[in-house]
Amino acid sequence: MSVENSTHADVSARAPHRHAAYDEATFARLAADAEQIIARYPQARSALLPMLHLVQSEDGYVSPAGIAFCGQMLSLTTAEVSAVATFYSQYKRRPNGEYTVGVCTNTLCAVMGGDAIWQELSEHLEVGHDETTPDGKVTLERIECNAACDYAPVVMVNWEFFDNQTPASAVETVDRLRAGEPVAPTRGASSVCSFKAMSRVLAGFPDGRADEGVGAGEATVRGTRLAREHGWTAPAFPGEGGAGTDETAGMQPEATPGTTEPEPKPRAKRPAGTTPRTRTAAGAPATRTAPEAAKAAGTPEVGAEQSSAQRSPEGPADSSTAAQDKKQQSEQAKES
Amino acid sequence: MSEPTTLAPVLSDIWDADRSWTLQTYLAHGGYQGLRAALRQDPATVVATVKDSGLRGRGGAGFPSGMKWGFLPPPDGGPRYLVVNADESEPGTCKDIPLMMASPQHLIEGVAITSYAIGCNHAFIYVRGEVLHVYRRLLRAVEEAYAAGYLGKDVLGSGYDLDVTVHAGAGAYICGEETALLDSLEGLRGQPRLKPPFPAVAGLYARPTVVNNVETIASVPGILRGGAGWFTSMGTEKSAGHGLFSLSGHVTRPGQYEAPLGITLRELLDMAGGVREGHQLKFWTPGGSSTPIFTAEHLDIPLDYESVQKAGSMLGTRALQIFDETTSVVRAVTRWTEFYKHESCGKCTPCREGTFWLAQVLQRLEAGQGTSEDIDLLLDLCDNILGRSFCALGDGATSPITSAIQYFREEFEAGTHTPADVLFPLERSALFTYTPRRGAGQLAGVHA
Repeated sequence: MSVENSTHADVSARAPHRHAAYDEATFARLAADAEQIIARYPQARSALLPMLHLVQSEDGYVSPAGIAFCGQMLSLTTAEVSAVATFYSQYKRRPNGEYTVGVCTNTLCAVMGGDAIWQELSEHLEVGHDETTPDGKVTLERIECNAACDYAPVVMVNWEFFDNQTPASAVETVDRLRAGEPVAPTRGASSVCSFKAMSRVLAGFPDGRADEGVGAGEATVRGTRLAREHGWTAPAFPGEGGAGTDETAGMQPEATPGTTEPEPKPRAKRPAGTTPRTRTAAGAPATRTAPEAAKAAGTPEVGAEQSSAQRSPEGPADSSTAAQDKKQQSEQAKES
Repeated sequence: MSEPTTLAPVLSDIWDADRSWTLQTYLAHGGYQGLRAALRQDPATVVATVKDSGLRGRGGAGFPSGMKWGFLPPPDGGPRYLVVNADESEPGTCKDIPLMMASPQHLIEGVAITSYAIGCNHAFIYVRGEVLHVYRRLLRAVEEAYAAGYLGKDVLGSGYDLDVTVHAGAGAYICGEETALLDSLEGLRGQPRLKPPFPAVAGLYARPTVVNNVETIASVPGILRGGAGWFTSMGTEKSAGHGLFSLSGHVTRPGQYEAPLGITLRELLDMAGGVREGHQLKFWTPGGSSTPIFTAEHLDIPLDYESVQKAGSMLGTRALQIFDETTSVVRAVTRWTEFYKHESCGKCTPCREGTFWLAQVLQRLEAGQGTSEDIDLLLDLCDNILGRSFCALGDGATSPITSAIQYFREEFEAGTHTPADVLFPLERSALFTYTPRRGAGQLAGVHA
């Protein structure tokens, strides 16, 4: 589908246009961001996931205009972009609330009380899974394990950790969010940001808040503290005081960078032509990714090679003879 | 029995330090000495050291890391990649996320060393998108490392160049499977690839690629700093070194306990204050929901790769989820199965269809409406998924079911006549007091 960039500047969530597109100023601003994202990768298409986060930072969901935008920037069809967007649960197909409130209802959290929290919140907010409160503030979700089981039951608000929750604490959190009050996660930034602001960070644009909040919660450091109490340490590094001697390690001269060590010598042999890619010299041909070029190209080619797994191996580094034989056998086995 | 095993904080050693996530704190605790040591050696020597250390993958499979690196074909002039699997999503697993939040520099140093060892000039860290603050910390850690010369052009004056890109996923358990992760990183739906070719031969962008778990890579700096012998002085002969053991669930003091491999759950439970007061251990997972469950009879099994496997499960990610006698095993297994059904990528039939059917059968057993054939049906379904799926997700989906039937068959039989929440009232398992609302009838007109 070709994308026109003129008539439908206003994108309505309720009535998505087939040819929805951003207005010129928005397009230019997002295109500049997208170019930065693309430059992080040797191949442009790798930018698609962060670019979809970028779209959500603009529209609060993966909008038709955003899909078209990604397609245009990466020379993909809107179908190809949609195929990716619909695979991942963080990409929303309808406008999301300002805050995604996710209750972990995977087994461990559910058993510890997550089911009760879910039920309470769902009744309190009068919405179900992936539904948004009428004020547009909260989208409630049942979420899967979020790697904080030692803090069960866990609730995530815009993917910040709210540990050791109860139905009452969760209700208080959503009430405060709906009242527009700042809410602090247990482990995370000093306050929860909006869904759009979060999406921009996930697109790889730091918001300068990395130094906020704790390094570790109580459960995270339990083993470390217990070891200190008992004087348990890992074996000392040879010639050093030991990994477990927290205070003394800081005193060692080696701990200061660039002091006593001999200058490391370059040993790695780099064959010609292996100039490392840098952030500015991305491998993706700039012309292909520029919006102008994409527009000029018109309809992208459909059905081109996608995963690099579909690529035929080239050169000795890509495939040994043994690997080839195995692949052959495996393919024969599949066909038989 | 030998003397009791104690904790051995290595990665977790600076987690209680002030501003533990900063480069400054990391350097004050000996950070980047491993990289300095590595840069003084040939890359091949670094690989040999890691091989000698016996470090095995900490992401679940336990494959020897040095050997994995050694599988890369000889350099041909083209790019080679390191991709760190930071997509921690296995139910029960909660070690990499706190590690990256508390001390991301451990990982960044490991990335620099590993990249140098395998001849990679552009490494990627693929972190799940559902951990905003962890992503912030990683971006900041990379920024700090660039500014201090540990990344970028001419790392520490060695002539070696390395770029690192931190990439946020967007919610998909399957992307923890290494080839699905690579497809996802290439901007596609995260579906696993047919192997071979393995990533070592044709991985990211069809180039030689090493994919390693966060904790694996974060363990590398210590090995370079202390030597292979330092690492092998911990753990067992075949399962060397330290590992994070994550205790969660019905345990008095859940949390991260870093110990030599081979420690037992009994020892860990002692440290964590035991099962919650007034209750007894019923079942547990040694390494996440995809590893067959264990019971109280397995308390003394050394938690190393071989011993756990010999006892019929897998060490996995050392995600020790503890459930006491108030927990319905049918409810637990049903919920895990719903997870696998939700996360099945749909690429292969046994997993896509099989998890769907497993969930339906389990749901009726949980509701006390199962049939007398349901247990056999479950086992038959599992038999048609295990070993017949495209990737390990399908296999993993069968583990909790077959093991739970093995140890608690009578609870599944009870599912033919009595709902699980009647046998095991939900409020008894929860960590807070509440009154569950059972059934729509009882709910009518009731609002808290």
